[in-house]
Amino acid sequence: TVAKQTTEWLETVSHSLFVCSQQKELTTKKRDEFEDILEERRLSSDLRYAMKCYTPVIYKGLSPCKPNDIKSAVLQSEQVQYVIKQLAKEMGESPDIIQEEATEILDEMGHSMQLGAVRFFAFTLSKIFKRLFQRVCVNEEGMQRLQHAIQEHPVVLLPSHRSYIDFLMLSYLLYTYDLALPVIAAGIGKADFLGMKIVGELLRRGGAFFMRRSFGGNRLYWAVFAEYVKTMLRSGYAPVEFFLEGTRSRTAKTLTPKFGLLNIVMEPFFKREVFDTYLVPISISYERILEESLYAYELLGVPKPKESTSGLLKARRILSDNFGSIHIYVGQPVSLRTLASGRITRSPYNLVPRHLPQKPSEDIQEFVSDVAYKMELLQIENMVLSPWVLAAAVLLQNLPAMDFELLVEKTVWLKGLTQTFGGFIEWPDNLCAKKAVVSGLTLHSNVARLVDGHVVLNDKGVEDGAIGEIVFKRALTILMCATYRNQLLNVFVRPSLVAVALQMTRSFRKEEVYSCFSFLRDVFSDEFIFFPGISLKDFEEGCFLLTKCDAIQTTQQEIYPTDKGSVTVSFLSAMFRPFVEGYQLIFRYLSTETKEAFTEKQFIPGVRNFIFQLLEKGNTQCYEALSSDMQKNALAALVQLDAVKKKKVSNGFTYSVNQEAVNKILDMFQARIPVQKPVAARL
Amino acid sequence: RQELLKWNGWGYNDSKFIFNKKGQAEFTGKRYRLGGMVLPTFKEWIEKTFGASLEHKTTSRASLNVNDVPPSIVNEEFLQDLRATKISHSQDAEDRVFRAHGHCLHEIFVLREGMFKRIPDIVVWPVCHEDVVKIVELACKHNLCIIPFGGGTSVSSALECPEEEKRTIVSLDTSQMNRILWIDEKNLTACVEAGIVGQDLEKQLAESGFCTGHEPDSMEFSSLGGWVATRASGMKKNIYGNIEDLVIHIKMVTPRGIVEKNCQVPRMSTGPDIHHFIMGSEGTLGVVTEVTIKIRPVPEYQKYGSVVFPNFERGVACLREVAKQRCAPASIRLVDNAQFQFGHALKPQVASIFTSFLDGLKKFYITKFKGFDPNVLCVATLLFEGDREKVLQHEKQVYDIATKFGGLAAGEDNGQRGYMLTFVIAYLRDLGLDYYVIGESFETSVPWDRVLDLCRNVKERIVRECKEKGVQFAPLTTCRVTQTYDAGACVYFYFAFNYRGISDPIHVYEQIERAAREEILANGGSLSHHHGVGKLRKRWMKESISDVGLGMLRSVKEYVDPNNIFGNKNLL
Repeated sequence: TVAKQTTEWLETVSHSLFVCSQQKELTTKKRDEFEDILEERRLSSDLRYAMKCYTPVIYKGLSPCKPNDIKSAVLQSEQVQYVIKQLAKEMGESPDIIQEEATEILDEMGHSMQLGAVRFFAFTLSKIFKRLFQRVCVNEEGMQRLQHAIQEHPVVLLPSHRSYIDFLMLSYLLYTYDLALPVIAAGIGKADFLGMKIVGELLRRGGAFFMRRSFGGNRLYWAVFAEYVKTMLRSGYAPVEFFLEGTRSRTAKTLTPKFGLLNIVMEPFFKREVFDTYLVPISISYERILEESLYAYELLGVPKPKESTSGLLKARRILSDNFGSIHIYVGQPVSLRTLASGRITRSPYNLVPRHLPQKPSEDIQEFVSDVAYKMELLQIENMVLSPWVLAAAVLLQNLPAMDFELLVEKTVWLKGLTQTFGGFIEWPDNLCAKKAVVSGLTLHSNVARLVDGHVVLNDKGVEDGAIGEIVFKRALTILMCATYRNQLLNVFVRPSLVAVALQMTRSFRKEEVYSCFSFLRDVFSDEFIFFPGISLKDFEEGCFLLTKCDAIQTTQQEIYPTDKGSVTVSFLSAMFRPFVEGYQLIFRYLSTETKEAFTEKQFIPGVRNFIFQLLEKGNTQCYEALSSDMQKNALAALVQLDAVKKKKVSNGFTYSVNQEAVNKILDMFQARIPVQKPVAARL
Repeated sequence: RQELLKWNGWGYNDSKFIFNKKGQAEFTGKRYRLGGMVLPTFKEWIEKTFGASLEHKTTSRASLNVNDVPPSIVNEEFLQDLRATKISHSQDAEDRVFRAHGHCLHEIFVLREGMFKRIPDIVVWPVCHEDVVKIVELACKHNLCIIPFGGGTSVSSALECPEEEKRTIVSLDTSQMNRILWIDEKNLTACVEAGIVGQDLEKQLAESGFCTGHEPDSMEFSSLGGWVATRASGMKKNIYGNIEDLVIHIKMVTPRGIVEKNCQVPRMSTGPDIHHFIMGSEGTLGVVTEVTIKIRPVPEYQKYGSVVFPNFERGVACLREVAKQRCAPASIRLVDNAQFQFGHALKPQVASIFTSFLDGLKKFYITKFKGFDPNVLCVATLLFEGDREKVLQHEKQVYDIATKFGGLAAGEDNGQRGYMLTFVIAYLRDLGLDYYVIGESFETSVPWDRVLDLCRNVKERIVRECKEKGVQFAPLTTCRVTQTYDAGACVYFYFAFNYRGISDPIHVYEQIERAAREEILANGGSLSHHHGVGKLRKRWMKESISDVGLGMLRSVKEYVDPNNIFGNKNLL
């Protein structure tokens, strides 16, 4: 027992050391300065810029080749040939036919970078960006680091994904800084993106390549695609770019990562076909998101217009609108080799020929997932938060209207808190708080307006019209407004969930608060970004941040809000109330309204109707529960908590609810029963 | 022989690199083709490659300081028993230090600047199998530790005495067991005592018109018994095979008794081959005393050759093709660009304007006319053996393949120089040590498809590690593919750096070497192709052969040598 105590003690010590070092990190975080790249564009000729001498730095080990060489290398590769032979054998077809198919896939997917197209883009995008945006700010040091990295090792760019502008902007940026244009693995639905014929083709010539968003069990497609990406990396031909989140986040909240592509880009290193690979997290923050209203409609289940070329032309209307500034923060390149050192046992890769498709071992899967989360957390860390984001967060707690002066005051207060929590705030030109809020309101007049010294939601037409329409309009505006508050959430989630747990448990015992925290963290694991498996560390970080802003005090066994801290604690917990309430509504629907197995297609309208009715009756004020994003996340959480069974069927999945388990979770939410204790031994 | 050899470096006393009074490099002695020649561009190469300068010089101790040497502790009863056997022995300090080490960098460094903590207490020189039996019996009786010593060319710390060994350590020097016992011309085999040194074996066999064809780079100094104990590989294995292919019969004395087979046959199916417990046992089981080895008539004709490739990738592809077609000449090696440049730097002063003109013309043809980049191209060296007609035919076949991979024939002379350099290169480290440059070689075997990746990654890892460890000058990392097999190749690396400004160069060196080995393993390379494990690479044994595999070897050791008489602590 002595030995056991000693090890426990050692663990505690090493743990607190670990936390200390992390805390130090939090306080000493230093970020680069921004530079507006549009400024020069406004001063000099776009044409000359587009025709400038473009000689990008390249990877030191690059053997020069043309896109077509790459395509034929992919087709002839052992990997693809192996799959072709396998398929030929299984389907009893001639390999030539399958080879033909592979060629077609490759043509659909493959990029063909042409300098002319690039220059055309440089010119047009300059024009467009200048009209849309006030400023496009970039951390130049990040670009310099990137330039260095590209020469050193193959590079994978991992930008956040909020808008279609993301990859246009990133390519534009690399062109501006004389870096090789990335090849982009952009997902395409059946019709949506390739349907944009002209733009699609132009993008392809600009270096993008495309991946079907869903190719289910198409092994050939997967093989060709994977080999294409890996060939790019191995040859160091150009940086590979894709979105960890898999799709544009409709809520401006970082989506949980997808692992497929990350797996592919890491494989050349696992197999030591390259010495190292740099992963570069890139945070792209929009002061106002181009697609904001589209997203809100989409979340409410109104079909979005197809993104066809003509649709885009109609979007010309948008061109006259103002979308504020964009901030692009290119993070420190992360060496995959360093991440993997000591974590990956190599023998599985040594004992099988490298061209054979191999299911990644559990070790590898875990590692890939960890890396994915780590990169997303790095993205989040450098997302720029505008004053409007703060104001939106305050406003949402004071609906439907609030005094302007109070809003300003609260916004300033929240600014301090956000900075304490490590948030990255760009306060334009040291504007005074009032002006900053006003400028935010001007930019987002479609969301909120200043009326008689009061800030009110801009849900015009609410007064007249049917009750359903009123609810819908209001939901639309609230969801749009929430899009901005959402940008704060991942910065606030750890201290906030501690605050929520404090209120839920109504106890000061650390152990109980932690149990509740840990429960919430599990429930919200698809909603917010948590590094897997470090619940305790997250809890301690949350506590630390709350202590730092004098909101709580902690002793060995207890946590309690300080006198002046109760304001902060309530604010933080109110910030997350839409989720706490929304999830309960959705869980209630599942526990009471669903009887048989259902598909996601049935679930979404069902739950939407259920909540819509509650809103109409005035039984809830939780408009955000209408968001299909939240609904899907809540369902996924229950699947993970084993309260809902997910079963694969021929065309998708079906879900069946374990009523008892869902009720139990609901009870935990309402603190009717104590949260089951996770292992809290080390507290 | 001890008198002929350096006490603190590689090879013969009279052969070494020096800088003469004009500041030009020169190789002394008459033993090698390079002997007595001035190497005009060598100094510049050293300065350019390592940032070394002739002004910064370290000097080794001139001779062994006998007072530093740990005392010899031998119990009197054993000495009496030993005297009774009439086997010659010595407790002299120089004799003991000479046998306390191999040729790892750290060992040579210790010789130059420090002293080993533990060295053999006594050296014995058995002259025949029976002597060895007696010594092993005495060691068992008195509970001593025996470390067999052959040529002393180990590069795996295999000869280092375990520091914690409390028993008397007996260095069993096999050098006096060096006779060819018989030659069987009908079966083309020869029975040879295990202490014979490679070059003597070939010389003596040649008198009867035979050879073994086993030519490891250390063949001037390494012994037959050593080859068996480390699973050696010879340069010309493509014709003659590696040691495991050459050996017909082995006699080994163990604490448990003598182990050998009852016949001398080409192959037998009698369970796992006991030879394979012996080969690679690295002195942990017993002493190999006699070996029956295959012999061949001395080839009628030998021809060197060389091919220039535009880059290393093409060169490797060509070697792979040659291996695929199973038409590898006696030896085929591919050196990378850095080693090509090194070879170039070792070119002696040319005798006449005419040759220098020819050299210039050749260079012009290759670089300007054919467009080879002198900083990228690489060279394969070839050695053909056999009867004249077949050699010429074979040569054509190989050159034809080379042409397909963009190779250009680059003459016999370059080939021959390449092979000569492998013997001379070992002397270079001693020169480097005088000027703050330390270096070493290491090797591995690897499947064909991973050769390029492994070479690139290992070099890159070394460069990166050097930077991280504070090495101030860019290191030299260079490799060559030295053997081709059906399923893969043997790759040999040289690695050296200028350690000025580092307080503990050996430690830094060892860390980097370890990182390089990790990299090799991560790239699917083996722990060793022919150098062996010794104590240097023990830590990776479990990973290399699995827990059970290691247990199998351990159980053999336990049975054969329960009291760990052969306690050099290698391998396991």
